[in-house]
Amino acid sequence: MLMFLLRRFGIMVLTALCLTFIVFFLTNLTPNLEKLARSEGSVRMSDEQVTSWLAQNGYAQPLVVRYGEWLGVMPGWTVSGAEGVTGRCIDSATPAEAAPRFCGIIQGDWGQSSVFKRPVSEILGRALGATGWLMLWVMIVMVPSALALGVLAGMREGSRTDRVLSTVAIATTATPEYVSGVIFIVIFASATAGVSPMLAEMGWIEGRTLFQGTATSAMDNITFWNFGLPVITVALYGMGYIARMTRASMTEVMTAQYIRTARLKGVRFRDVVIRHALRNALIAPFTVIMLQFPWLLNGVVIVETLFNYKGFGWTLVQGAGNNDIELLLACSVVAVIVVLVTQLISDIGYALLNPRIRIS
Amino acid sequence: MEPIGWGGIFARMIIQFWPVWAALIITFAVSIHYRRRLGLYGKLFDSTVGMIGFGIVMFWVYTAFFADIIITHDPLGQLSSMKNKPPGTAAPDGSTYAYYLLGGDNLARDVFSRMVMGARRVLAIAPAATMFAFMVGITLGLPAGYFAGKLDTGLSFLANLVLAFPVILLFYLLVTPEIRDTGIPTILAAVLFIFPIIFLVTLFNSRYFTNPNRRNLYVGVTLVLGLWAYSGLAFNADPLGVWSMDPNLLNVFVAVVFVNAPTVFRIVRGIVLDLRSRDYVAAGQTRGEGAWYIMLWEILPNARGPLIVDFCLRIGYTTILLGTLGFFGLGVSPESPDWGSTINDGRRLLSIFPAPAVVPAIALMSLVLGLNLLADGLREESMKD
Repeated sequence: MLMFLLRRFGIMVLTALCLTFIVFFLTNLTPNLEKLARSEGSVRMSDEQVTSWLAQNGYAQPLVVRYGEWLGVMPGWTVSGAEGVTGRCIDSATPAEAAPRFCGIIQGDWGQSSVFKRPVSEILGRALGATGWLMLWVMIVMVPSALALGVLAGMREGSRTDRVLSTVAIATTATPEYVSGVIFIVIFASATAGVSPMLAEMGWIEGRTLFQGTATSAMDNITFWNFGLPVITVALYGMGYIARMTRASMTEVMTAQYIRTARLKGVRFRDVVIRHALRNALIAPFTVIMLQFPWLLNGVVIVETLFNYKGFGWTLVQGAGNNDIELLLACSVVAVIVVLVTQLISDIGYALLNPRIRIS
Repeated sequence: MEPIGWGGIFARMIIQFWPVWAALIITFAVSIHYRRRLGLYGKLFDSTVGMIGFGIVMFWVYTAFFADIIITHDPLGQLSSMKNKPPGTAAPDGSTYAYYLLGGDNLARDVFSRMVMGARRVLAIAPAATMFAFMVGITLGLPAGYFAGKLDTGLSFLANLVLAFPVILLFYLLVTPEIRDTGIPTILAAVLFIFPIIFLVTLFNSRYFTNPNRRNLYVGVTLVLGLWAYSGLAFNADPLGVWSMDPNLLNVFVAVVFVNAPTVFRIVRGIVLDLRSRDYVAAGQTRGEGAWYIMLWEILPNARGPLIVDFCLRIGYTTILLGTLGFFGLGVSPESPDWGSTINDGRRLLSIFPAPAVVPAIALMSLVLGLNLLADGLREESMKD
């Protein structure tokens, strides 16, 4: 078990290194660096000024050396200029004499964001917290409803309930977040269309719309009305897939021999499902739910942009749109960790939940 | 002129779609009549769910095909008095059609015509990109599953690496105008577009190598046609000028194929790991067949059920992915009528003028729903074998 964990951890570190190197390579391509120089310096810089700005700010070194500096295995660059010594580890807070030699992520320095002009760790910490709340509520809403949908559909395969619920599940997998988000905003959060004008006229709601179309206020104070639409938009898309996997697992379990024996013994259908079938049917959906996390992270990007909620996804889009190198590298590390940790939890969980695999 | 109500709008839209209805009726009539002779496609018409899905998908395919006849106004044309007008408003005198059937968007363009043209954009890219992703996935997944060992470990690591990438980040990095100067899209295109050629050449060679004349004919034709198309699409170096791809479009295409290929690889690898212990594989090995013959002519035909189903689903995912690209404004020209960018354009004034964003949203949802229902119908029918 320990060897297994160590090996997976080793693969995770290797994947993170490869991925961040690829991101580093792509964000440090010459055209991108020139754009960075022009945005940091002045727009009307000539080509020689751009080259000298890049050399002065440590961008002229070989790619591998710069990647090593970001990691913290190679010393940060220093340049002695007219105003004194400048370098990667030297800024207004740390003068040249007190600056450390290595300042990379191994030393805990995630760098400075060029978009937000603040340390990356501060921005990312706040963004991850905000997205954490969103994901928490999405899971609370999505998992029970998806499992209930799947179990009810799979209980009696081919029945009318099954057909209706399966169609609902297929319909939800066909609506990406930008489609369902737009439709929900129009129905629930629009002052001129949908249900809100009628409700406002009848005096049942205070504001002009039932739900709020932007979730920026949810960063400070989460209420049902400003957080409801983003949560349901993300939850809806993942729910369909989980429901279908649960249904498939449930139908497989319901045709098993021990279920037939239980029914022949005279056990009530409800007890057969709750006491015998559920425990076996819910093993596969657990792994599916864990593996949905990376997909939800993509959906969160769209929803946060749509509802203006400044979480991880929104930050990623801002960084990517403006080629903020340090921020993008930090976001890639976070993404890799999330994906691989959820894969690991899913594998371990599956082995623990299924005694047949654990014992064999 | 008076604006028309919803009844009038729907009636006129139905009339505008007349080539699509005609084509659908002919398709269904011919297919149902000959369905016993048409294999899995024919069996699709025994399942209600499959027929509904097929109907929806073919509706959009024919819409894309007949788009020029269906549209009422120029998708890019702006008639200044129609800015943000609700559905059914009358167009100014002298226009090609009397009304803006689904209203005008923020730049006074006809929402209905843009939606119809957007179908052509989406359906031009999505199936082709999915086909290429399948070629890459199958060509790499078959040996990974069959030979296992180090090849499998290496390829799986690469696949997991690409899958761990946040898709949005990958798109932002690959689909920017700056990246064209570096030549990376061309390199990626060169690598990814060669896979169909490798696949077809190996397919013909592994089967017909005992009959050199026949083999040379097939492989020769494949190589000539394939390399000709390849030079045009990947390098824009077609001497006859027939094959070429707009650089923006190439960026988008390559990014979408790159993102979809690892999942197909995983699926094919899983199927091959399962199928390689079957008797017909052992029989082939005993006969002395080559490894690629067994992979392509024994294992792959037996894997066609799940692969066809996944193909339909994957076209749906690719459509969603293209919509996401358009939503973030990546890789398409700003006035392109594809559904993702029209949703993005429309969402700024969503609360007061819902039509410009809702119309393409419903169109996209219906297409993906149709593909999902089609895939479900195919899965049901292929399991009834």
